[in-house]
Amino acid sequence: MNKLIYGFIEENKLDILNEWIETTKDNADDRVLRVVSDQVFTSTSREFVDLIISNIKGTKEDYTSRLTDFAEKVVRLGWPLTFVTKGLHTFGEIVFEKMEKSELVTKDNQMEVIREFGAWMTPMNNEIVSVYSTTWEKTVSLQKIALQELSAPLIPVFEKITVMPLVGTIDTERAKQIMENLLKGVVKHRSEVVLIDITGVPVVDTMVAHHIIQAADAVRLIGAKCIICGIRPEIAQTIVSLGIDLNQLTTQNSLQKGIETALELTDRKIIVMEGAK
Amino acid sequence: MSIQSCVTIINEWDIVAARQLGRNVAKELGFGIVDQARITTAISELARNIFLYAGKGQICIDKLNEGGKVGLAINATDNGPGISDIRQVMEDGFSTSGGLGAGLPGVKRLMDQFDIESSPGDGTKIKATKWLR
Ligand SMILES: Nc1ncnc2c1ncn2[C@@H]1O[C@H](COP(=O)(O)OP(=O)(O)OP(=O)(O)O)[C@@H](O)[C@H]1O
Ligand SMILES: [Mg+2]
Repeated sequence: MNKLIYGFIEENKLDILNEWIETTKDNADDRVLRVVSDQVFTSTSREFVDLIISNIKGTKEDYTSRLTDFAEKVVRLGWPLTFVTKGLHTFGEIVFEKMEKSELVTKDNQMEVIREFGAWMTPMNNEIVSVYSTTWEKTVSLQKIALQELSAPLIPVFEKITVMPLVGTIDTERAKQIMENLLKGVVKHRSEVVLIDITGVPVVDTMVAHHIIQAADAVRLIGAKCIICGIRPEIAQTIVSLGIDLNQLTTQNSLQKGIETALELTDRKIIVMEGAK
Repeated sequence: MSIQSCVTIINEWDIVAARQLGRNVAKELGFGIVDQARITTAISELARNIFLYAGKGQICIDKLNEGGKVGLAINATDNGPGISDIRQVMEDGFSTSGGLGAGLPGVKRLMDQFDIESSPGDGTKIKATKWLR
């Protein structure tokens, strides 16, 4: 029975391919066509059909590694998963219809052919979905690591002075990291003053405020001073409405002012050189 | 007349999504930078309370237009444990989680109108409205 289907596909490969490309292209939404050129679309489609066919002949290992390569490629191209799974389905339909037309499928063997089709298509479908999701999971976890690296950098700007610029949303995980990096960094750089710049933090709610207060307290406990800078006017107003008392903290409206204060606290200042133009 | 859109709160990132929705609607309605910050902060407080105390719930944002008055309403609903003493949780500094206890009284001050309905076992329903001036 297998032989019947596989033989048919082998023999009519070109025909099937062309019809498949036509049908799929009609059904493809903008998302697919916008991101790839005609040429890439056709060559990738050819590869897809070749892959489906190679499933029939090639060894299992060979097939799995090709399938992985292929899935990674379509992910890179930005083809939606549904487009690929639909494509697989369409391929099956085209083959079945063509076989019906050439009277290879009859009333007698119909059920068996359908069952055979299922046994061939289902694992392929599962494999594609699994490769897709693995690729996504990998991307997401890499992005998580990249985000973590960006999440709480501590930059020594002068001797005894370090800056932590915060950009973006602060969640519990990140708050933990801010605290950790602050304490580690203060010791490592022998900082006497730490500036936390929150210009890039979009919302300062009670949780974020609480974490900032705790961070400043902890920095004080290990013998350094903490200055919060970059509190935008609208953020200052919401903090007041929330009834949060930041009087315990040293604040400065800009990072520049903060650095000036930090220099003062460490008995230094920036001067303009005489005679310099 | 009101048009509503909602975000389900299950994890911490949903809080960010709710805030984003609120900010977009506020901008669309013509609220200024300061009111946008007030509205997003209020959403953040209510959404985080849902996440922390109820585990799951919803934040819905209404665009209001009542007799020419334009406004935005935040509806926070959950089927969590509910609150037994509403007066107590509306006091500054009251917290069962070691927080600042500034969330609920803060939301009341950030917005123009504030209604809370809650009883133990029945979940919590909070509506906070800001009018465009
Ligand atoms: N949706 C809710 N369901 C059940 N209990 C709640 C809910 N929201 C608030 N509470 C209770 O009300 C208390 C006060 O809430 P509020 O937001 O004012 O302060 P907090 O969350 O404890 O701290 P903060 O918001 O300042 O970080 C909470 O500690 C909690 O016990
Ligand atoms: Mg709270």
